[in-house]
Amino acid sequence: MIDFPEIIRIPLRDWIDEIMSWLLNNLETFFDAVGWSILQVMLGFEFVFTHIPWFIFIPLAFLGGWRMLKSLSSGITFALMLFLIGTFGYWEMAMQTLSLVSASVLFSLLIGIPTGILMAQNNRAESIIKPVLDGMQTMPSFVYLIPALMFFGLGRVPSVIATIIYAAPPVIRLTNVGIRTVNPEAVEAAKAFGAKRKQVLWDVQMPLAKPSIMVGVNQTTMMALAMVVIGSMIGAKGLGMEVLLSINRIEVGRGFEAGISIVFLAIIIDRLTFSLSERTSQNNQSHE
Amino acid sequence: MDQGNPLVEETASAVSSLSEEVVRVEGLWKVYGRESKRITSDKYSQMSKDDIRKKTGNIVGLKDVSFSISKGEFFIIMGLSGSGKSTLIRNLIRLIRPTTGRITINGVNITKLSENDLLEFRKKTFGMVFQNYGLLPHLTVLDNAAYGLKVRGLPKGKQYAKAMRFLETVGLSGWEDYYPNELSGGMQQRVGLARALANDPEILLMDEPFSGLDPLIRRQMQDEFIEIQDKLNKTIIFVTHDLSEALKLGDRIAILHDGEIAQIGTPEEIVTVPADSYVQEFVQDASPAKVVTAGSIMVEPEVLLYSWEGPRTALSILKNARRSGAFVVDKKGILLGVTNINRLERIIENPVESQTKRIDASAITKIPSVSEDTILEDLFGIVSANPYPIPVIGENRRLVGVVRTDDIFETISPNRGDQND
Repeated sequence: MIDFPEIIRIPLRDWIDEIMSWLLNNLETFFDAVGWSILQVMLGFEFVFTHIPWFIFIPLAFLGGWRMLKSLSSGITFALMLFLIGTFGYWEMAMQTLSLVSASVLFSLLIGIPTGILMAQNNRAESIIKPVLDGMQTMPSFVYLIPALMFFGLGRVPSVIATIIYAAPPVIRLTNVGIRTVNPEAVEAAKAFGAKRKQVLWDVQMPLAKPSIMVGVNQTTMMALAMVVIGSMIGAKGLGMEVLLSINRIEVGRGFEAGISIVFLAIIIDRLTFSLSERTSQNNQSHE
Repeated sequence: MDQGNPLVEETASAVSSLSEEVVRVEGLWKVYGRESKRITSDKYSQMSKDDIRKKTGNIVGLKDVSFSISKGEFFIIMGLSGSGKSTLIRNLIRLIRPTTGRITINGVNITKLSENDLLEFRKKTFGMVFQNYGLLPHLTVLDNAAYGLKVRGLPKGKQYAKAMRFLETVGLSGWEDYYPNELSGGMQQRVGLARALANDPEILLMDEPFSGLDPLIRRQMQDEFIEIQDKLNKTIIFVTHDLSEALKLGDRIAILHDGEIAQIGTPEEIVTVPADSYVQEFVQDASPAKVVTAGSIMVEPEVLLYSWEGPRTALSILKNARRSGAFVVDKKGILLGVTNINRLERIIENPVESQTKRIDASAITKIPSVSEDTILEDLFGIVSANPYPIPVIGENRRLVGVVRTDDIFETISPNRGDQND
């Protein structure tokens, strides 16, 4: 009596499986094309990152920390962190991870910012997309790892896809919120002078929402980094793979080295992207 | 004051004689809610905003508002927060869409315009200034001032040349390359004003432009704005919640209460003849000294001397009237000044001067005069400095009346209408 009646059953799982097999059978060329283009971008990043020698990359990180954060000690810290990654023997893997993260972030922004703009300008779109974003962020990533695997095969591409699904929501949300919270008088002023929707968007809303969007970019980047270990389960090479292997072999020291390398990368990327958002907000604070 | 007045009079009469209608609002309603259209029927126009909300759940923003504004007029929309004044001014440019009603601007019914025509219309006709300036913080002062021109698609060079000119008008030359957040509030509002003026709009909409400023800066901005307006002579629609600002700036004032117009009139009408208890309460603290003009309380002089009458006649007139002194005018009615018994007697006793047939300069003291639209406040200084009534002069310095000291104080005493009437 207390148990839920077995008679009432909605066969959602069967439907989804059917949809999956239909998609696999009929849209194979589409997925191949998508996979191919993602792969090309991936390879591009990988080519760049693995071809910059460490003795150039480390000074670049130093310069980035020094100039962008306006602090010498940040520059030194960044250089030191990268140097340590090198001493662990993980330089190449770190670069592979970096290119995976870069490609994922690039796609997340390409999809996320226009989606955020759409949400901000259309209440109905917002009410539809919001729950989808909730789903993207809370759905256990293994659930979409498997279909990604089925569509795109093993390797980097499905893990980029999985990373996009996990990492795009913050930039979408913050683009939406950023545009919606732009000083309404500034928007009204532009409209009062006869500005078209497009002009209002590019002259007023986007520039004023930029600090918020940059925070979104920062969040998205951090979440993409957090996905590298899970991504490695479906064949993405890099630091994540190393963590996974050492877990499987119960090599605590090795796992720690790989783990701390990811943390170092995260710190460097976080500080650098955060400084970008800080910088854009400096001129944007209006005197109230 | 004296010097500036003929000019003011001239523009005022020019406005009233041409009286070319620029804005006409008829039966304007703005209702927020599910059945907004239904609320605008006659059935509801007698109900109060509160009753409509309780009965139907619809919020009335504007209720059957009608008025018209002539070219060159300084029109004030005044009300407390929630009275619908900001809604009203936004309806005029259709930043908010009216529920029903007609808004005709230069003969065009803007409620019917298509989206594209509306944008064109805004570009040509309006300039708007906002309470919190509405500047774009990522652009320089110059780019901000040029924004309206940019939207209109002017080439960069022309944009900047024009924007520069109006930055100069508002006293901001040298600040072009700064960003808005580096400027004080008053200066930011000048940028807002320059931006609106640069478009050379026919109608300037101003939504509480000076409310966010410190009192001192606010007064200074008001004064400067009056000067700018004297030069440009735009039609201005100005929203404020500050009565003294309204009385100071406006040609006419519309007082909004709960989305309805409680009264429309000149500052003087509003203060001296409030239409209902709401307006009465609103203006009770307003000093009539700031709005009542000399022309409205002046009387005919009881005794008037003509210069050709001669000192003896003058003396007997004064003695008969039991007066110690009186104003003297010439044949054309031009005020010469004031004379008194003592001086006339001295002239008569003096053998040389007693021969004169006229009351001449030696018997006359020149005294300050005012024009009909001088406000009472500006008479205080004159009252305290001389013992005579104040002569009011019209065109060509002709004497048109006098203001008696007693009348001034009776008009401005706070309990007028209670005991004195």
